Amino acid sequence: MDGNASAARFPLPSEIADAPGAEDWRSMYPYFTRFQPEDDQRFWFYNSMHFPEPMPAFDTVTAEIPYSAIGANTARVFVFPTTLGIEHRIVNGRVYITANPVTDPDEIGRRAALFGERAGYYYEHWDELYQGWKTRIKALIDEITSITVPELPEFEDPSVVTGATGVAQNHYVRENFHRCLDLFSRMWHHHTEFLMLGYGAYVVFFQFCKQAFPEISDQAVARMVAGIDVIMYRPDDELRGLARLAVEAGVDDLFTEGCSPAAVLAALAGRGEGGERWLAAFERAREPWFNVSTGDGFYHHHRSWSDDLTVPFAALPRYVAQVRDGSLASRPTEALRAERDRIASSYRDLLGSDEERAAFDQMLGLCRVVFPYVEDHKFYCEHWFTTQFFGKIRQFGALLARSGVLAEAEDVFQLHHTEIDQALSDVMLAWAAGSQPLGAAHFQPVVASRKRMLAALRDWSPPPALGPVPEALNDPAVHMLWGVTQQTIEAWLRPSEDAVRGCGASSGVVEGPARVLTDVNQIGEVRDGEILVCPVTAPSWAPVFGKIKAAVSDIGGSMSHAAIVAREYGMPAVVGTGDATKRISTGQLVRVDGDRGIVQVIG
Amino acid sequence: MTPRFTCGLADVGAVGVGAAGADAARAGGKAAALGELARAGMRVPSGFVIMVEAFGMAVQAADPSGALRAALGALPAGDLAGTARVAGDLRARVAAAALPPELAEEITAGYRSLGAGAVAVRSSATGEDSPEASFAGLQDTYLAVCGAEAVLDRVRACWASLYNDESAGYRRRQGIGEAGLAMAVVVQRMVRPRAAGVMFTRSPVTGDRSVVAIEGTWGLGSALVAGEVTPDSFTVSKVTGEITGRRTGAKLRSHSWEPNGPGISALPVPPALQGAPCLTDEEARALAELGRRVEGHFGAPQDIEWALLGDTPGDAAERIVLLQSRPETVWAARERAPVATPQPRAVDHVLARFRKAP
Repeated sequence: MDGNASAARFPLPSEIADAPGAEDWRSMYPYFTRFQPEDDQRFWFYNSMHFPEPMPAFDTVTAEIPYSAIGANTARVFVFPTTLGIEHRIVNGRVYITANPVTDPDEIGRRAALFGERAGYYYEHWDELYQGWKTRIKALIDEITSITVPELPEFEDPSVVTGATGVAQNHYVRENFHRCLDLFSRMWHHHTEFLMLGYGAYVVFFQFCKQAFPEISDQAVARMVAGIDVIMYRPDDELRGLARLAVEAGVDDLFTEGCSPAAVLAALAGRGEGGERWLAAFERAREPWFNVSTGDGFYHHHRSWSDDLTVPFAALPRYVAQVRDGSLASRPTEALRAERDRIASSYRDLLGSDEERAAFDQMLGLCRVVFPYVEDHKFYCEHWFTTQFFGKIRQFGALLARSGVLAEAEDVFQLHHTEIDQALSDVMLAWAAGSQPLGAAHFQPVVASRKRMLAALRDWSPPPALGPVPEALNDPAVHMLWGVTQQTIEAWLRPSEDAVRGCGASSGVVEGPARVLTDVNQIGEVRDGEILVCPVTAPSWAPVFGKIKAAVSDIGGSMSHAAIVAREYGMPAVVGTGDATKRISTGQLVRVDGDRGIVQVIG
Repeated sequence: MTPRFTCGLADVGAVGVGAAGADAARAGGKAAALGELARAGMRVPSGFVIMVEAFGMAVQAADPSGALRAALGALPAGDLAGTARVAGDLRARVAAAALPPELAEEITAGYRSLGAGAVAVRSSATGEDSPEASFAGLQDTYLAVCGAEAVLDRVRACWASLYNDESAGYRRRQGIGEAGLAMAVVVQRMVRPRAAGVMFTRSPVTGDRSVVAIEGTWGLGSALVAGEVTPDSFTVSKVTGEITGRRTGAKLRSHSWEPNGPGISALPVPPALQGAPCLTDEEARALAELGRRVEGHFGAPQDIEWALLGDTPGDAAERIVLLQSRPETVWAARERAPVATPQPRAVDHVLARFRKAP
């Protein structure tokens, strides 16, 4: 790229051409997600952290509902003084976002008064409110799990008559579908109820540390705050436990590299008491811990461990081998806790005065109060709940497939939720009328066309940002959540030829062959000693960290999953590179410098 | 024979006059710090210090009546020519005057006890206001000095450096008298480092006390001090050991010395090494850890000269020697407002932050 700094700019939304082969992409998404002419005046960035792939029509619900909930909480419930909510747009299947700031000082003042009371109440009662939150979110999970998809029998069950329920099964098709969406919306409201407040406390501590220690790394700040008993590690801990049990019960010979989960489970059933014991433990671990998604809960095809056992079964042979040679360690929680406290007290000692130390104690204390939520909510929301949610939608897909509207259940995800509503109405009417639904002719060509478009959209390279570059982007929340800073924007504008740059999230320098994964389902391809290069990681990727030498991601800041796990494993990580998965190929020798946030291809 | 004028480096502060402050007055700051480090178990090249009494004797021999010193002290601050003339005269006499035999013998014996090989002869100033401190540099450090006669010459040259034009002019401007002048001299066995340099136990750029800033180059650190190379730099967290900054410099020349001396030679660095880091990450971390210990020992951020010995693999911490440590003064002198002060409730920090526009 030539030209000086002022000449460099991002394309305007109106300048984006339709991706070849997907010219009709707009038909997949609701009108309110389209860029408007006046959107050219604003700065948008591609939310590749949550949406690293083109959006199937149904999956836009994971943008629509979360943004509806997060904005409600920041703008209307807690009344953050300087920020309203987040707007999103879709172009060529990709989700772009912008935050709406409040800049009028009077307006900020008016909002600040309310914010002080409301946010203050939540911070002051955090532990108690968070306990209540867990109860409510578990109730939501129970509720979504218990939702049934009607079978639409030829004749209603006699209990409808004897119980005089007065409502036939076709009614529950729509009601239960709506309940799924309504519960998903409730879950997201609860998710964002605490989220921004949690991050807020962290941001304040983070900024204090950066001022007091201008050269402190983001990760050092994160390590002072990080929880030890984090739910995120639990699924992986369960796998280690199952590996130990396999050896103890004498069934470890079944866990070999490349083993098929179905074959292993079948063989275990014939292995007597040891096999039974293992299978029972496996079922116990599965619920809820295998609800962990291979993604981050934003795409229907990021299946959970329970849905697709190949991910956990790819990790088991290695853990079993480690049990045999005595090298399988548990997380050294006591040592981790001691190290966290040592780091915090070392920085504390280096502060300039007792006043600063007292302020440090207050801020760090508050962070540690809010952090259990920040670290654990994802398992409840994006993993456990969302796995159940997509599972139910898939069952509605099966109903539509049985009714002949769709060719197969999975096709339901090619329809927007309002279109599914229509298709279900069609099925309800046809069942009542004793006729055939009319949807096959309408929806099957639509589904086929959308699948082709999605494939074409995968080949489109979304610009990292659109619109005029802001004069200053110093919103620490944007930095923390998305890894987007002024420096990131500059790097986006001027990609360097020789090195991939990002946020150094875990220190150290190593070299090794790259393994580029663009799809989480390729996780089984990772080999020992490779350097993982991926769009973004999630808790279910944990087993892979036992194999790799370093992690590189397109998306993420110092508090992203890859950063946290890499620090715990003590391996270098560079996150938020923007485009590492595009610029690095599997097999290339790369050097990862987790101190400077640089990844170089060296051979 | 009990030494009267010299003291083993490791004994400075431990024996002799007793109190550390008084020892620093006799042995100078550099020797006192090196003695402290040695006794704290850190590696310091073995050596001895020629204490200030020897300087007093030498100056007395060079200016028996005190007339020259009196004349120098009486000159007005602006009289540069006069200062240069009188100081030059004194300088020449101090550098040339024969030492009292017992002093010369004691220095020679000290030199032999170091193995009679190559040594470094370095001045050790006695006070904060000393002009030597302001003009610290190469002129009062002599590297790879070989042979007893050469050592005696360089010791006299160190003493004479107190009468160079800059030092004398500085004293005139500051109104510092000539009577209380004193200087000690350190004689240490030369080291043959693979790399050497300086480190600050806080960031010289931001004042951040949580990091150690290291600069280094191939060979002797004199190439770096003399500004002949752009050194490699590393910033290492004291707390986590992370290397949070690094830059590889263009190290075109390196200083080294030969066993038969004399002095150091500047050699071109092979092209492949010019841009290669002179420290591994492990070595940078070991240096930072040592810097942290030194700071802890003295109770304040330090400005340290170090050398890393040999190319043999092994524990980096075992191969580092310290050549000097002195208190960091620039940031120490600055007042800084607290970044934050305690609030009635912890949440007030957050509420205040979010009331401001980002």
